Amino acid sequence: MDYGIFLYVISLLTMGGIYAILALGLNIQWGFTGLFNAGIAGFYAIGAYVSAILTTAPTARHLGGYEMPYPVAWIASMVVAGIIAWGVGKICLRLRSDYLAIATIGIAEIFRLILKNETWATNGPRGVSMVPKPFESLPGPWNQLAFLAIVLITVALIYLALEKARKAPWGRVMTAIRENEPAVRAAGKNVERFRMEGFVFGSMLMALAGAYTAHYLKFIDPNATDPLAATFLVWVMLIVGGSANNKGAILGAFLIWTIWSATEILTSRLPDELAIRTAYVRMFLIGLLLQIVLQKFPQGILPEQRPKPPARPATGPVETGD
Amino acid sequence: MSDLINFHLIPGLVLGSIYALGAIGLTLTFGILRFANFAHGETMTLGAYFAWTLIQLTGWHPVAVLPMAMGLTVLVALGIDRGFYKPFRASATIMLVIASFGMMLMVRSVIQFIWGVQVKALMPGIQMPVVLFDWLRISPKHLMIVGFALLLMFAVHYLLTYTKIGKAMRAMSDSPELARLTGINTESVIRATWIIGAALAAAAGVLLALDTHVHTMMGFKLLLPVFAATILGGIGRPYGAVAGGLVIGLAEELSSYNWIGTEPLLNPGYKAGVAFAIMVVMLIWRPSGLFKGKVY
Repeated sequence: MDYGIFLYVISLLTMGGIYAILALGLNIQWGFTGLFNAGIAGFYAIGAYVSAILTTAPTARHLGGYEMPYPVAWIASMVVAGIIAWGVGKICLRLRSDYLAIATIGIAEIFRLILKNETWATNGPRGVSMVPKPFESLPGPWNQLAFLAIVLITVALIYLALEKARKAPWGRVMTAIRENEPAVRAAGKNVERFRMEGFVFGSMLMALAGAYTAHYLKFIDPNATDPLAATFLVWVMLIVGGSANNKGAILGAFLIWTIWSATEILTSRLPDELAIRTAYVRMFLIGLLLQIVLQKFPQGILPEQRPKPPARPATGPVETGD
Repeated sequence: MSDLINFHLIPGLVLGSIYALGAIGLTLTFGILRFANFAHGETMTLGAYFAWTLIQLTGWHPVAVLPMAMGLTVLVALGIDRGFYKPFRASATIMLVIASFGMMLMVRSVIQFIWGVQVKALMPGIQMPVVLFDWLRISPKHLMIVGFALLLMFAVHYLLTYTKIGKAMRAMSDSPELARLTGINTESVIRATWIIGAALAAAAGVLLALDTHVHTMMGFKLLLPVFAATILGGIGRPYGAVAGGLVIGLAEELSSYNWIGTEPLLNPGYKAGVAFAIMVVMLIWRPSGLFKGKVY
């Protein structure tokens, strides 16, 4: 195989994996709990900036110089995002999901304003550069492969944990809240607490994806919170792949990311003026894809599969699913 | 003192009237179709671009092409409703929120594709403000914006209070089941809602473009303050939306006045944060808004 293509496939899988983490995070929020997060980009950027600032070498351009180990920075970025998500949830989760949608898009915008204005901490619009990357001292393709391994192992671990949670009572309560909230309340469950857990866990995963992106690209700027690139693509990934299905979320992430980046290569070969215009056509088509899937195939490629209820000896096999 | 009035109070009123127009449409769709329409900001952008194109074609004054721009925007909004929102009438309303979220990006990419991303001006040149009493500076375009916004607000008031369709809309907003039982045609009320909402959104876009310029992100920048105005006024409350719009517009502009000392009270870079802060306070303290709107 051509070495260039080999490197391209590695980068495709790495970014696809990062988007898979985002899609899994959104799957907890939307797929299982039914919470609409329109500010994925905000949590993603929080994670990216926290991790970048905690690991970079001292510089006069922005807050930094802590040079912390990667795992500490990644946990810190998840904790910060979790606390912010908790605050947002505290205000909005008792109201209908529309309010959460508005508030999360607001949080993403506010965070972008902070990133642009607080130059002492974030270097403003110029962003944080020289972010270290794990294993970057390794030679040739091995540093790329090692980073890919970190991302894919993370995706696998999150997947296994979510599958376990989905089949556990916790996951079943989540689905029950989404399907019939009054019934869950009547059963004595604390609906707000479950919703809060779903929202906070999901946001923490989004922050982790952001942290990985900052280290992978070695650079992060306020445009990372452009609601277009991050938030919308992740929604398309989850809806197309199949919401409430963890395999679907991962499949959707890799599929849509492959389409997205492959078409970018195609259009970048066009003359400049045309290349800029076709970028918008691409966005339009991905939006149209979302609308078509939403209307015609609302279950996505991999529909939701409910865990089997415990077998009842007297009645024999029990019908599962809807 | 004159600084406060010339550079904060008057711009605040101008911005507030623009927000109010946007918020009326949003609050009507929220109240009647029961979903937060994320594409509303893009509807405003579309209105501004239609006006720009019409001015290029005819060479008329922006106010003269405004009705046509509103009409074209209404046609697009009705088409979008037919193709993308109507299939979800019977589904959970959150599906409409997702559809409108997708629509926001689709409309924006169409605008970027057709008109490009360069900033455009509706009226070339700089207008000199009129100076009254040696200290009061009033720009003719600001008078025009506030005047036109008031005119449209009175039109909406008349429509909602005295016409049959307006009464039907208020009935739908208060209780959809009861409205249906009394024989109100749901589809025609929805159509009327889109017509009024899109027309006002287009007007808000054109008036904002008149004050500043035409840009593909202008609608998205309006979305947050307009949502804040809607929640502040109470969802489904058009008069609340007007009050909310004015309060948000004034608060944004007044926040950067040097109330204490010589520095602006709030870094002007955070102006957009003021709307968000007001919205958060309302969600905590009184989600039904000032005018006792609905809480879902």
